[in-house]
Amino acid sequence: MPQIVCENLCLGYEGETIVKDLNFSVEAGMYLCIVGENGAGKSTLMKAILGLRPPLSGRVVFGDGLEKREIGYLSQQTDVQKDFPASVREIVLSGFQGRMGFRPFYKREEKERAAQNMERMGIAGLSDRCYRDLSGGQQQRVLLARALCATEKLLLLDEPVSGLDPVVTADMYRIIGELHRSGVTIVMITHDVAEALPCATHILHLGRRVFFGTRDEYLREMKDTPEKKEGASHGSMD
Amino acid sequence: MEAWIEKLALYMQYPFVRYALIVGVLIALCSSLLGVTLVLKRFSFIGDGLSHVAFGALAVATVLQAANKMTVVLPLTLLAAVLLLRTGKDTNIKGDAAVAMISVTSLAFGYLLMNLFASSPNVSGDVCSTLFGSTSILTLTKQEVWFSVMLSVVVLLLFGFFYQKIFAITFDEDFARAVGVNASRYNLMLAVIIAVIIVLAMNLVGSLLISAFVIFPALSAMRVFHTFFAVTTCSAALSVVCALAGILASVLAGTPVGATVVAMDAAAFLLCWAVGRSGSGI
Repeated sequence: MPQIVCENLCLGYEGETIVKDLNFSVEAGMYLCIVGENGAGKSTLMKAILGLRPPLSGRVVFGDGLEKREIGYLSQQTDVQKDFPASVREIVLSGFQGRMGFRPFYKREEKERAAQNMERMGIAGLSDRCYRDLSGGQQQRVLLARALCATEKLLLLDEPVSGLDPVVTADMYRIIGELHRSGVTIVMITHDVAEALPCATHILHLGRRVFFGTRDEYLREMKDTPEKKEGASHGSMD
Repeated sequence: MEAWIEKLALYMQYPFVRYALIVGVLIALCSSLLGVTLVLKRFSFIGDGLSHVAFGALAVATVLQAANKMTVVLPLTLLAAVLLLRTGKDTNIKGDAAVAMISVTSLAFGYLLMNLFASSPNVSGDVCSTLFGSTSILTLTKQEVWFSVMLSVVVLLLFGFFYQKIFAITFDEDFARAVGVNASRYNLMLAVIIAVIIVLAMNLVGSLLISAFVIFPALSAMRVFHTFFAVTTCSAALSVVCALAGILASVLAGTPVGATVVAMDAAAFLLCWAVGRSGSGI
């Protein structure tokens, strides 16, 4: 049983369908890259998986011991966050909110786990620093540590390297790769196919042609139809 | 200086001065706590809009000659708070334009009603005191004081209990929703609390100056402090100090209460801004 199954998903906004009849599944241990042009529905798909915006039709099913709220989410930076007065520790700890119910305070082991996750992301020394004073790469690490507090099972990353310089970008991919090797399922949106391909195990390509399969299949497909824009009208959808 | 202290001691013997101090400090405390979230969520305009709605509602209550105006003003303002929150989220309607529309409409209707159904010969005096608060805080009854105290305690308890949730949905509502926090519920709670605070604060500062109560302490604290907890605490402390100083100064100097407190808040902001510019902050 896969962790996430998307069945006949139709995504879009009122009256306008962007993605039609999308079928794919995410198994534990996958490193899935979602690629496609701007406006192909990558972020909309992520919102549907997270339950933030219901799909037009179709459904998202969770399994393999994964519950809907056990998805760690790394969103694109919002305006609100850019000058937000909060310490790194406050932000990382807030990853636990989903499972706290009405409990108003953090438990000791939650504080310890938060400290471990900051250590893992290499930001332990920054825990008392203000979020808005950090560099872009450091901010992404903070948000990753927060996502790890929410779950160890599956991370959804929405353009984790956008706006980062090449060195920091490489570093970010290294960290995500390490998380993947430690057993976290990774689902990542990116427009940077070349950078992302080496680490991915599977690719989901959205757009005029839809493709879902392993990375090797994707590379073969790309080789067969180098004219991307005129590519086959149907991908191998399963 | 001694003459001042004597004068103050004399005034403190009057219950109405003590009432004004109690209610003023409580309102300042509640509004500043919520202010941090409102400013950070870019919701401060909702406070402004609601205060105008409250003005309109008060006019309606006056015309209806309701025995207790709160019974009209509170439900109407609550309703407006819930509606405004909805439009704020809906990207199809421009949230700020909707708020501006609702607030000027209530302002105009309120003034119209007060003129058409004048309950006292001095309409402009009534309007002025509703807008700027002038003296109404010095005419609080014991009941009104208890009502304010009770509501403030409820607000403080809710804020304390849900502090971490409020932080989570303020910093990143999408993430909070994704991991299972019922963000809509807490947004609704915030809207209700804001409405209650605004209705309470009308007595103190009048409807035009309430926004200053909500946003000034938060903005001041953000100049100086860099963690959410420190900003919240400092905002509350600043607001209480300014309210105390403002009310006392207005009693001594005979100036309007609301305007004096807001002037204190503005001075505190300038001070914090200067501190924030000079040092790296705390």
